[in-house]
Amino acid sequence: MALALGGYFSSASNVFTDTLINIQFWFSSRFVALQDFLTAPRDIVSLRQQNAELQNEVAELQAQVIQLQQQVGETQILAALVDFSRARPENTYKAAAVIGRDPSPFLHYVIINRGSNDGILRGMPVVTDQGLVGRVDAVIADAARIQLITDPASNVNVRLQNAGVEASLVGSVTGDVNLDLIPQDANLETGDLVLTSGLGGGYPPDLIVGQVINIRSRDFDLFQRATVQPVVDFTRLQIVLVIVNFKPVDISPLLPAP
Amino acid sequence: MRTLLAFPVILLSVILQSSVVSGVRLLSGTADLPLVMLAAWALWDEVDAVWHWAIATAILVGFVSGVSWVVFMAGYVAVVALARVFRMRVWQAPLLAMFSVTFLGTILIHLFTLLSLRLTGVTIPFQDAFGLLVLPGILLNLLLAIPVYAVMRDLARWVYPSPEVE
Repeated sequence: MALALGGYFSSASNVFTDTLINIQFWFSSRFVALQDFLTAPRDIVSLRQQNAELQNEVAELQAQVIQLQQQVGETQILAALVDFSRARPENTYKAAAVIGRDPSPFLHYVIINRGSNDGILRGMPVVTDQGLVGRVDAVIADAARIQLITDPASNVNVRLQNAGVEASLVGSVTGDVNLDLIPQDANLETGDLVLTSGLGGGYPPDLIVGQVINIRSRDFDLFQRATVQPVVDFTRLQIVLVIVNFKPVDISPLLPAP
Repeated sequence: MRTLLAFPVILLSVILQSSVVSGVRLLSGTADLPLVMLAAWALWDEVDAVWHWAIATAILVGFVSGVSWVVFMAGYVAVVALARVFRMRVWQAPLLAMFSVTFLGTILIHLFTLLSLRLTGVTIPFQDAFGLLVLPGILLNLLLAIPVYAVMRDLARWVYPSPEVE
């Protein structure tokens, strides 16, 4: 006891405790490993289950986010259309969603989800908040087919705002729209705004169509030609407005027979 | 019952054509799902009710499209006739027959459409039509031909199960 208290056994005691600790550590680590081995499978199963649940939740939330983004987009479009219709109180509009396109690539038509049951008639002009889209070509009870201004058979009488001249806007298979029948003496400039003239009774006047982006003028031609950039993006048409109080005038009986 | 199956399948193909396929453009051309589907269906020996399919498809597509229904009637009936001829001639290589019918059928229906538009006073330059509509349309239809052929083969086997050999 006296030797121990005097510190004479300290080295022997250290060797003993170190050995004990090492043995303890060896058993403890093996036990923990065994415990892990026995309990881990259950944890993996529960973790996998939790993971699957969380993944489902994430998928649901992502779907909700996409749905909400779509709703926000539609609301923005509708808000712009409401602003547009408020700015032109003389017209009565009927909003319609674009639900399809013409199966043939030769024609540029879209199909909307409003028809004669909603008061839509053949020949009514169709617009968006940006400008002119086209006109109603055919109607059934709950749907209608719209001929876009980019269609090769489309022909719109327009006027150039700055040049103060009238011209004819024709579509093409590529979707480009061109101005034809522009007098040679007209002073055209790129950026000139193109509006409907109302001539011919097919469209109301002063609807925005687009801007002149390219002019082709040759001395030996009877008329100048120009390419127009439409204000409406026809590839992303979602919601359109049909002007239901406009009655198109059919002037074909007045035209001289060829 | 087998004939009645045509209506939901054709309706689905026309809806898909109008809402999805027409929106996928290469230059200005698009694929023609009803045409490819008809070609794949008509290539099967067991299938007998194929002319009904062509007529029903033509009426439905003509109803949706601004192009006259006569164009689709002539085009789709011609596709079925081509498929029936190729089925006898190239019977050992059905996929080759599928590509041939799709290729020729696309050219035919585009030609009929061009003629019809010209008759109604819409003049489309032939070079523009060929380069921007017909060639891309052929390419897209040929790409679509492989999956549609597989789907229609399974449908044909389901509708017309081959008798068990003992």
